[in-house]
Amino acid sequence: MEQRLSESPAVYGKSSGLAGAGGVPETLRDGEHRRVLRRRRIDWALHLVFLASTMAGVLVLAALIVDIVMDGWARFTPELVTNHPSRRASQAGMRSAVVGTVYMMLLVAPLAFILGVGAAVYLEEYAGRGRLSRLVQLNIRTLAGVPSIVYGILGLAVFVRWFALGRSLIAGALTMTLLVLPVIIVAAQEAIRAVPRSRRDASYALGATKWQTVSRAVLPSAFPGILTGVILAMSRAVGETAPLIMIGALTYVTFLPGKLTDPFTVMPIQIYNWISRAQPEFHELAAAGIMLLLILLLLMNFAAVALRNKFRGRI
Amino acid sequence: MEKRIARFGRGGLAALAAVLLALAAACGTGGGNGGGGGAAPASPSPSDGGTASASLPPASSSALSGNIEIDGSSTVYPITEAVAEEYGKEQPGVRVTVGVSGTGGGFKRFCNGETDISNASRPIKDEEKAACQEKGIEFFDLKIAFDGLSVVVNRDNDFVDHLTVEELARIFNAENPAKTWNEVRGSFPAEPIKVYSPGADSGTFDYFNEEILGKKGVRQDATFSEDDNTLVTGVAGDRNAIGFFGYAYYEENKDRLKVVPIDAGAGPVAPSFDTIKNGQYSPLSRPVFIYVSKAAYERPEVKDFVRFYIDNVKELAAEVGYIPLPDEEYAAEQGKL
Repeated sequence: MEQRLSESPAVYGKSSGLAGAGGVPETLRDGEHRRVLRRRRIDWALHLVFLASTMAGVLVLAALIVDIVMDGWARFTPELVTNHPSRRASQAGMRSAVVGTVYMMLLVAPLAFILGVGAAVYLEEYAGRGRLSRLVQLNIRTLAGVPSIVYGILGLAVFVRWFALGRSLIAGALTMTLLVLPVIIVAAQEAIRAVPRSRRDASYALGATKWQTVSRAVLPSAFPGILTGVILAMSRAVGETAPLIMIGALTYVTFLPGKLTDPFTVMPIQIYNWISRAQPEFHELAAAGIMLLLILLLLMNFAAVALRNKFRGRI
Repeated sequence: MEKRIARFGRGGLAALAAVLLALAAACGTGGGNGGGGGAAPASPSPSDGGTASASLPPASSSALSGNIEIDGSSTVYPITEAVAEEYGKEQPGVRVTVGVSGTGGGFKRFCNGETDISNASRPIKDEEKAACQEKGIEFFDLKIAFDGLSVVVNRDNDFVDHLTVEELARIFNAENPAKTWNEVRGSFPAEPIKVYSPGADSGTFDYFNEEILGKKGVRQDATFSEDDNTLVTGVAGDRNAIGFFGYAYYEENKDRLKVVPIDAGAGPVAPSFDTIKNGQYSPLSRPVFIYVSKAAYERPEVKDFVRFYIDNVKELAAEVGYIPLPDEEYAAEQGKL
């Protein structure tokens, strides 16, 4: 034991100034030293564990991207967005799917933003803290975790059949809006709650009404957070397949939706169809489609960061 | 750092908007017809062996318009897609859409009056017929091609030279299935059997279940997948595996799998273009269908499309990996119109 101690005097001396204090019995100092060493080993081990958990996600993503790029690079051509689906892989593209996805996002974004932020403002600023309000809160939080296929069934029953919108772009967009709404409400609520009390108080002190306070003091301050939530929710919606298959988004569409009631398809559905084909050329096309989808997602996330910083600077 | 992102952000936003606009513009030009799309024609890569379809007989000469909604089996999808693609060149004014809800899901929509044509990899069931009747949907079916369900084992499997229909049932059925290969046939080794099967929602499963297993179902310890490529990968990676799926998937993965000739009493027969077409590969070669709503068939564009379908499906089915019917059967189907 003595020997081990003398083997690592540097570590010992550096770490614990306490142990060096005179008058401490030899045995106690020895015990102290071992405890310190042990704690430091645990510390180091945990450091490695946490690093490993971080790297697990990063490495999996990297492996995924490398694999997809290797498969899809050769097919990642302009034809991918200019051509319609075809039985021949060499001529197949996903133009109708890309346009369908873009249109869908353009419809979902304003709908989800208005409804989501409106609900969040009501819940945070107007609603009381009563039992009903708590029940609504619980509901929204639960809805945020409901599997997406359930929204598909809801969309099929309500928008496709009941509202008789058919299997149209607008039915898909409304279903997707429902899907992202809870996520946006929760994010917007968090953002509004994070606005300092003093901002509201200052506004009221100047004689502002509730709406003036909300619209000029609270919302601008909460806006970056709300935007981040909206765009992250939209990124989720871009990759959703199940609810849209449920409401009958199609696979083979060779025209672009010209009005809201036209049939449509989206990128994940086209990718899924290509993946399940027998011919390896279609699997390469699917990989190229995934690359395009990933780029779209990155662009959206980038937009979230950019918008957040833009608005943060203004306040 | 923050500042840099912020500065970058302003330019980035503009760039993002530009990209989105460009994307929409690129996609928005050039009308909505055909696979060729915009101005620049795609140079066909040699790997796909794109056989030109110049020799297809023309349908009607007058320009039609309207929408034709098709849904149903994912097995039949590639055939209908090919027909719709060629038809789009013929009649660019008719908008044909094809979905993949599965044979059962397709019939549900079809009998609800939501689609004009339903793709099916099995004949319509009695309860589906009843649903159609209830809604007053009358229909007729057209046999369009054959698919040969292919039973495959791992490439390294050197003991299975063929299997009888009874042996297949012993391997796949849900009631007391064979645990090891020597329970199937005494000369096989005492290795465990690993079974791969399409999911219970697919027409492929239905057909196998009906023809081979007497509707008793596939054993529960099998690996099920709706994606036939998963089954291919599973069997290719497991020495003791056996599985079945559509002929097109075997055709594409010939070098990774070993196909099992099936003996239904007249000696073992392996699936091939010829044995499926002439009916020797029995009972696992199955016909696939389209179901046409009679009300929809009254519409000129649907009538024209269905005629075009039956006139051209022979070449197109073969091109996407299915086996065409003998000529006299196509003539019989044409007679139904």
